[in-house]
Amino acid sequence: MPRQPRRVAITGIGPITPFGLGMEPLWNGLLEGRSMLGLSPIFDSTGFPCPFVGAIHPDKFELRSVVPKSYRKAMKVMSRDIELAVGAAHAAMASAGIVTKAHEPADGRLTIAPDRMGCHIGAGLIAAEENELTTALSTAVGPDGKFSLGLWGAGGIENMTPLWMLKYLPNMLACHVTIIHDCQGPSNTITCAEVSGLLSMGESMRVIERGDADACISGGAENKSNLMAMLRQYYAGRTPKCSTNDDPTTLVRPFAKGARGCAPGEGGGLLILESEESIARRGATAMAALEGFGASQSPCTDSAGIEPDAEGIADAISNALDDASADIDSIDAIVPFGSGVVVFDAAEREALARVFGSRAKSIPLVTITPSIGSCGAGAGAIAACVAVECMRQQKLPARINTTGVTDLDANATPARAAVLNRVLVVTPSFGGQNGAIVLGRVA
Amino acid sequence: MSAPDRVVVTGMGWITPLGHDLDSAWARLMKGESGMAPITRFDARTFPTTFAAEVRDLDLSRFLPNAAAHATAGPNTAFALGAAAQAWKQAGFDRTPPKKPRRVGCYLGAGEGVLDFDNYVATNLGGWDAATGKIDGRKWIETALGCMDRMREIEQEPNMPLAHLAREFNLRGPSYNCLTACAASTQAIGEAFSILRRGDADVMISGGTHTMIHPFGVTGFNRLTALSTFKGDPTKASRPFCTSRDGFVMGEGSGMIVLETLTHAMERGATPLAEVIGYGSSADAFRITDIQPEGRGAAAAMTQSLRQAGLDPQSTRPDGRPVIDYISAHGTSTKENDSIETRAVRVVFGGLAKKIPMSSIKSMMGHLIAAAGSVEFITCVLAITHGRIPPTINHHDPDPALDLDYVPNTAREAPVDTCLSNSFGFGGQNDAVIVTRFVA
Repeated sequence: MPRQPRRVAITGIGPITPFGLGMEPLWNGLLEGRSMLGLSPIFDSTGFPCPFVGAIHPDKFELRSVVPKSYRKAMKVMSRDIELAVGAAHAAMASAGIVTKAHEPADGRLTIAPDRMGCHIGAGLIAAEENELTTALSTAVGPDGKFSLGLWGAGGIENMTPLWMLKYLPNMLACHVTIIHDCQGPSNTITCAEVSGLLSMGESMRVIERGDADACISGGAENKSNLMAMLRQYYAGRTPKCSTNDDPTTLVRPFAKGARGCAPGEGGGLLILESEESIARRGATAMAALEGFGASQSPCTDSAGIEPDAEGIADAISNALDDASADIDSIDAIVPFGSGVVVFDAAEREALARVFGSRAKSIPLVTITPSIGSCGAGAGAIAACVAVECMRQQKLPARINTTGVTDLDANATPARAAVLNRVLVVTPSFGGQNGAIVLGRVA
Repeated sequence: MSAPDRVVVTGMGWITPLGHDLDSAWARLMKGESGMAPITRFDARTFPTTFAAEVRDLDLSRFLPNAAAHATAGPNTAFALGAAAQAWKQAGFDRTPPKKPRRVGCYLGAGEGVLDFDNYVATNLGGWDAATGKIDGRKWIETALGCMDRMREIEQEPNMPLAHLAREFNLRGPSYNCLTACAASTQAIGEAFSILRRGDADVMISGGTHTMIHPFGVTGFNRLTALSTFKGDPTKASRPFCTSRDGFVMGEGSGMIVLETLTHAMERGATPLAEVIGYGSSADAFRITDIQPEGRGAAAAMTQSLRQAGLDPQSTRPDGRPVIDYISAHGTSTKENDSIETRAVRVVFGGLAKKIPMSSIKSMMGHLIAAAGSVEFITCVLAITHGRIPPTINHHDPDPALDLDYVPNTAREAPVDTCLSNSFGFGGQNDAVIVTRFVA
C-alpha cells in the first residue's frame, strides 16, 4: 500500500499589488477600503476605452532592493511580469522565514535543500515593451515611410538586444525566481489566465503530497496594465467603457446590478507551500492548512470558448470541497474572482447558488478587484494570499462600491471581525479553466 | 488509500512538417527524410536564418466535420484540433464519447499564438513619437483600434487551443495549459499522467502545439544565436551531436494523445497502445541563458522519472539489456544542449549509457518548441509498436567528445519495450517521461 499523502500547509505569503510589496500594505489598504485604480503612471492612457488601471507606482516597489547584488546584472532582462514575480518571491520567502541562496547566509545554511524546493509560477502572455521594440522597428522603415521586413531581417534585428526574447517567455518568471532562490525541484509554468495561480498551487500541493518536494514557491503574476494587455482586455469585453471624467475608485462593482467591468491591474502573489514534516523539522509555524484543491473546465459555446459557465465553476468548488472532505456548512467566507465583469459575475453567482444553495447569501464574499483591478495570472494567487490573511487576523476586510445585492453577501461594508475556520478561494478564467482551494485555520 | 491506477495511451495523433497522420509521418521518419525548406510563412530572405520545417497544406476538415466552427482559430489551435481529432478517433471516442465529461480533462503544453505582425508593427510605428523616442499612448490606441482584429488578439492567449479542444470534445474535467518553453508538452504529458494516477480524472487529452515560424520568432532566436544559419541545403541544417552543429531548426505542429486510467480503458474495451510509468521535473536554477554544465537539472528529471517507474538505470534486465531501450533525445543540434544532454545521460546510466540508442528526430522534423515533447513521445510509442528506432540524420561528422549511440542516419530494427523521452526548456525547466509496452 502506498503511504498516505503528506499534508500541506502555507507558511509564507508574498503578494505584490498596487498597494505595494507584501501583505501589510495590501491588508491595510483593504481594511480601509481604499482603491488604487487610476490613470497609468507609465504612459498616457487617457485615449483608451477604459483609461484606468491598477498600477504599482514606482515609489511602492523598488526592484533593486529585492534582487541580490550578485544578480543585479540580470535586472535588465526582466520584463515587468518577471519583476513582479521576483518581488513576490522575496516577500514570500521572508514571510515564511526561509533562508535561501539569495540571502547569502554567512554559515551557508539553507532552510530547505535546493533539490527539495519546487517552483510553480503561473504567467500570462507577456507583452513586449513597445518603446524598446519600436526604437528598433523604426530603423527598418524604408524610403516609402513603410516598415520593410527585408530591411528588418537584413539589419534591423541587430538593434534588438540579444536576450530580447528571454524577457517574454512566460516561464522566465520561474527561471529568475529559481535562480535567485536556488529552487531545483519540480517546476512548471501554468498559463491559464486568471486561474493560473490557483492551478499552480494545486500542482505544488500534489508535488509535495507525493513526496517530490518538501516545499514549493507557488502562485502567479502578470502585468495587465500595459498597452497590448489593455487593448486585449477591451477586445475581450472585460473593461468598462468610461472616460477620464469617471471616478476610478468607484468603477468596479462586483456582483452589482449595472456592473460595467474591471480595470486591468498588475500584480501577483507567491505563497510558500510546505509539508507538515518540513514545517516541524524547521520549527516554523503554518499560516493556514491547504485542505483541498479542485479544477475543472467550462467547455463554452461562444466562438473562442472564453466565456465562463456556472457549471464548470461549481465543479471546481465541489471538487475542492470533496478533496478537503469539507461540507458546505463549514465554509465561513469565500474569495471569488468578483471582477464586476458581467459574464463572470453571473457565472460565479450561479455557481455559488448551485453549490451552497440557500446558504450562498449568508457566506461573506471578499472582493478585492475594486481596489486593485484584475491582475490576470496574478489574480487567483492574490486572492489566496488575502484568504490566508483573513484567517490569520480573523477579520474580513472592507468591501466597496457594490450596493443593492440581495442574493449574495457582497454589498459595501466596513472591515469587521469574523470567526473564520475555513475559507474557499475560487477563480474562473478567460479560457474556461476553473480552480478552487479550501484553506483551513491552524490553531 | 488504494494503489494508484495504471495509465495507458489509447489514442494518438499529430500534425507535423513530415505529415498529418501517424502512418505517413512515421514512414518518412523511418526513411530519414527532412521536413526543412525555405520559409514560406513570411519573406525571410534577408534574415540570418531563411529556412524551417513548416506544416504544409493543413486541411482541418479532413479531421473535423465542423471545422468551420473554429474559423477564428490561429495556427496553434488548428494544429491542436487536427492532432487531437486523430487521437480522439483512435481512442474510439468519436463513435462512443466518454460517459462522464466531468472525468475527462486536458493538459496541454501549447505555445502562445502568432502575433498579428503587420498590424502590430503598424500600430507601434503609428503610435511612435520620434521626438521623445517613446510611444504616445493616445496615438497608439487610436491606431490599434483602427487595424487590430478583435478575435485575432483574443486567440493569441496560450490557453486558447485548450478552450477550443474543450468545446470540440466536451471536456469538463481538470484542465491546464503549461508553457515551459521547449519542455512544455513533455511536462503536460507528465502532469496529465499524474492527475490520472491520483484518480482526479478518468481520461485526459494531452500534448502540445506551437509555431514560432514568424518574424519575431526568428528574430528572437536569431538574436540568441540559437538557430542554425547553415548556408547549404536546409535539409542538412539540423545536425544533432555532430562537430559542425550550429543551432536548431524551427519546426511547427502538434502532437496529441489520449491518456486514460487502465480501469477506464478496460471497462470500455479500449486497446492500450502503451503505458506511461514515470515522470520527472526539475529546474536548473543556474543561469538565464546557459544550461547547468554538468546537466544537473536534466539528470534530476531523468532520475526522478526512473525512480517513479521503479527502474534502476544502472542495472540490466535478465537478458542483459539496459532497463531503457530507446532515449528520445532533446537533441536540438545546439552546441550546448547536445553535449550537456550526453553528459547527463552518462551520469544517469553510467557504463550502460553507450548501450542505449538515443536519437533526435529534430534532425528531421525540426524543433517544434512547446510541441516538441509531444511528437517525440508519440515517436517513442510508435518505436515500441513497430520495433524500429528512428535515426538522427545528417550524422556525418560525429563530435568526438560525444560518444553515445545516436542511431546515425538510418533507422534501426530493435526490440523496444521501454523508452525515455527528454525535453529541456530555455529558462531551465527539465522534464522526462517514461513509456513502456503495455502488458496486461
